[in-house]
Amino acid sequence: MKIEILRELNAERAARRPVIIVTDTATGEQRLVKARDIAADPLRAELAKQLRMGKSGNVEAGGKKLFLNVYAPTAKLVIIGAVHISQALAPLARSLDYDVTIVDPRTAFASPERFPDVPLIAEWPDTALPPLNVDHYTAFVAVTHDPKIDDPALLHAFARDCFYIGALGSRKTHAKRAERLRAQGASEADIARIHAPIGLDIGAVSPSEIAVSIMAEITAQLRLPPKEKEQAA
Amino acid sequence: MLNRDEDILKAAEDWQKAGHGVALATVVETWGSAPRPAGSSLVINDDGTFLGSVSGGCVEGAVVTEALDVIASGKPKMLEFGVADETAWNVGLSCGGTIRVFVEKVG
Repeated sequence: MKIEILRELNAERAARRPVIIVTDTATGEQRLVKARDIAADPLRAELAKQLRMGKSGNVEAGGKKLFLNVYAPTAKLVIIGAVHISQALAPLARSLDYDVTIVDPRTAFASPERFPDVPLIAEWPDTALPPLNVDHYTAFVAVTHDPKIDDPALLHAFARDCFYIGALGSRKTHAKRAERLRAQGASEADIARIHAPIGLDIGAVSPSEIAVSIMAEITAQLRLPPKEKEQAA
Repeated sequence: MLNRDEDILKAAEDWQKAGHGVALATVVETWGSAPRPAGSSLVINDDGTFLGSVSGGCVEGAVVTEALDVIASGKPKMLEFGVADETAWNVGLSCGGTIRVFVEKVG
């Protein structure tokens, strides 16, 4: 690997931007493809697929055997609300390799006794969120049911282009939320990005089951190609 | 690859900057119950110091030896380990899997 490629790879990874290293394993010839350049690449279909799966693998192209090594950032999950559902959601998400952080300004909820192993920030979203570097590789879930907390958090998630944004509440609750967010400058496209009611419709009842439905929906958003994603939602 | 491999690639960059010969070994293919997935890597410098893992310990010694050759020659190599090659390499994967490891010089 040329040192220039290694330096670029490390810089992209530090910035949490996905890259794929394409190696001709017969000759050692190599190139680095940034995620944003995939659409214009001759190998775009293969590159897009491997990146979506977050998996390295081999392809044959033009008589060459190529190894595609995928470097995708660790996905984060930010949970707004240290509620009962979060107590089930946080450990489940960690078992799926997400870096989990919980934000809730209400210290009675955001207590280490309730969340012994999870980074917990007992601050308002406006204070808690900026240092978290919420980015595209972040799933963002708002479950406090309190507009004072959920709304500013959702506006932050829109601005940071999170790959998944979900909010707890019935269709009726969500309609009211959409109105409030519009009044605060959110676009229709922003509002359309919120998964609400949150989670896949699997008839979940208990907090643990709701956590499963949320993580299933997040997984679908991360892994499915765009068309099948619509069908799942 | 494992998401937490970041530090070893940074180490490779730092070693090279400090004037070391450095090689990168990457699992490119696995069959059966191989312990580490494709994309897992090991970085090796000319002291024989290494970081990371391509097999969870079964074949690292052999990879390091080959990597020192690659650092000296500059030519990449493909290594294969597994049940079938046990006699050729004198090391095997006790788990019964097979892996191919691409070893290249950094620089």
